[in-house]
Amino acid sequence: MREITVREALRESLRYNLAHNDKVFLAGEDVSVVGGGMGVSKGLIDEFGEKRIVDTPISENAIVGLGIGAALTGLRPVVEIMYIDFVTCCADMILNQMAKIHFIFGGQVKVPMVLKTVSGTSGGNAAQHSNNFYPMFLNTPGLVVMAPSTPYDSKGMFNMAIEDDNPVIFIEHKRIYNIKGHVPEDHYTVPIGVADVKKEGQDITIVATQALVYDALSVAEDMEEEGISIEVIDPRTLNPLDKATIFESVKKTGRLIIADESCLNCGFASEVASSVAEEMFDYLDAPVVRIGSPDTSAPYSHPLELEYIPGKEEIREAIKKVKKI
Amino acid sequence: MKISNDDKIKMLWEMMRIRQFEERAGELYVAGIITGALHASNGQEAVPVGVIMNLKEDDYLQSSHRGHGHVLAKGGEFKPMMAELFGKITGYCKGRGGSMHFAYVEKNILGTNGIVGGGIPIAAGVGYSIVYKGTNQMVACFLGDGAANTGAFHEGINFAAVVNAPVLFVIENNQWAISVPRKWSDRLVDLSKRAAAYGILGETVDGNDVLAVYEAANKAVKEIRAGNGPVLLECKTYRWKGHHAGEPASLQYRDPKEVEAWLKKCPIKKLEKALLEEKIISEAEIEEMTKKIEQELDEAVEFAKKSPLPEAASLHDHLYV
Repeated sequence: MREITVREALRESLRYNLAHNDKVFLAGEDVSVVGGGMGVSKGLIDEFGEKRIVDTPISENAIVGLGIGAALTGLRPVVEIMYIDFVTCCADMILNQMAKIHFIFGGQVKVPMVLKTVSGTSGGNAAQHSNNFYPMFLNTPGLVVMAPSTPYDSKGMFNMAIEDDNPVIFIEHKRIYNIKGHVPEDHYTVPIGVADVKKEGQDITIVATQALVYDALSVAEDMEEEGISIEVIDPRTLNPLDKATIFESVKKTGRLIIADESCLNCGFASEVASSVAEEMFDYLDAPVVRIGSPDTSAPYSHPLELEYIPGKEEIREAIKKVKKI
Repeated sequence: MKISNDDKIKMLWEMMRIRQFEERAGELYVAGIITGALHASNGQEAVPVGVIMNLKEDDYLQSSHRGHGHVLAKGGEFKPMMAELFGKITGYCKGRGGSMHFAYVEKNILGTNGIVGGGIPIAAGVGYSIVYKGTNQMVACFLGDGAANTGAFHEGINFAAVVNAPVLFVIENNQWAISVPRKWSDRLVDLSKRAAAYGILGETVDGNDVLAVYEAANKAVKEIRAGNGPVLLECKTYRWKGHHAGEPASLQYRDPKEVEAWLKKCPIKKLEKALLEEKIISEAEIEEMTKKIEQELDEAVEFAKKSPLPEAASLHDHLYV
């Protein structure tokens, strides 16, 4: 079976869609020669030219406005905001325009666009290049929010994002671009709003996203030796959220940990925890434990950054907590 | 430039439609029937009419929060507009949008916009879409002098210039950004000077003279259609009413003498006078036009009143496709 990285999987999807649909184009800062902030689109300029791989000025409002205007007039644009930290520079375009136009026009028009960006803390990028701002998108009805972890899901979900008629925020993650995994060469899509059980288990449910999926799987494997069976669920789409799969798992295990890198206060983990508290209270055998970035700014210095990033250690601690009761 | 008598009469008719619509909507607001933020464009009618008469049916319109006039000039109809203001399902946006979100996509009217400057980057995007598809269309993007100081203005126009997008950016300079006068907004006499910063053409015109607006827009449209990229056209005019219909009359931030002076420069009266002098139209014919529009407005209000309100259960409709 062929194995490629998350970065290569994303590029493969972009290449396929550019080659098979002349309505698709990519625009953003540095997307042509250097392939965007994370090198995802590297090389595509040679195949598709500058009309379809559009380098833009450092104008995030213009980048998202370009996507909206093109989507309103029949194209299927993919726009890149280099880091999720920069969405604040175009918050109006995303939150008031892109998310709402279909609704406020009473359904007269669709906004089939993809805004791809990257989240996650790593490499001493400090407070303005390390944010996990996506909860603001989850608090803005009208957007589909995808956050894949594996190469397989990255390709299938990116294909789906372009195919879907809704505005999609596609969150990539800095620490997983080079992770390899099986990716079919054929075209396929991963449906929106369908979680994936990455590992089945009986005792504890961990709902994990992006880089934390790998941490959860690694800890779960270790726990097998201790006789604890952990189920790891990757929601893949954060909105709409596949609550049914999470609820089913909680019914079985009665114990829930949510591991997501957005800050704890009103983060994605809080939303999952409150949904389970509201609807699955009777099935819970222990308090729900949330894992997220601590409620402080991402620091520059390495030991502080290590302390900041949630990972295996936090997951092990959480397992101890839910197990005890 | 030679403008036909028929076109001049059409200009008068279109301006009257806007004025009378705004007046009627204002009355309905005071009566408590229309709610929310209603931004009237009384006194500014020459700008949308003079510009949009140069557009073709399939050209796009991107409008601002003060956008009733733009929508009407581009083919908006009284009935669905009034119904939208009434929050009825027969409105253009099925009551989801209201005054700040009028859109009539069939006529390529891509919406008024509740965010000052919000339409500018979108218009640039529509412009790139036209370049991309190679169609012979263009966009008219209307904005106020207040919007000229947003980041979206800079980013949107600069990007449109970079990609040579066929967009006519029209600044309706009505002298006031809510209560903030021009002197606190920027230190330019002519906002069209900003065009130089983007390497595009810019021109300032008397926005209360519909024939002058028409000519300036005609020149700009020719440049744009010739593939020379966006143009920035500033039309100097005046906002007769408050920022929105609910603004208390006691809120006196403007010198009454200033308002008085601008009321004398009414764009409709100006054209009427010229047409009467040239005997292109008679007083009786103008009277007839006024009546006809009033009658159409009566019918539109009746239509809006009789139309059903949306079902509460339909709250989530049209959020996702």
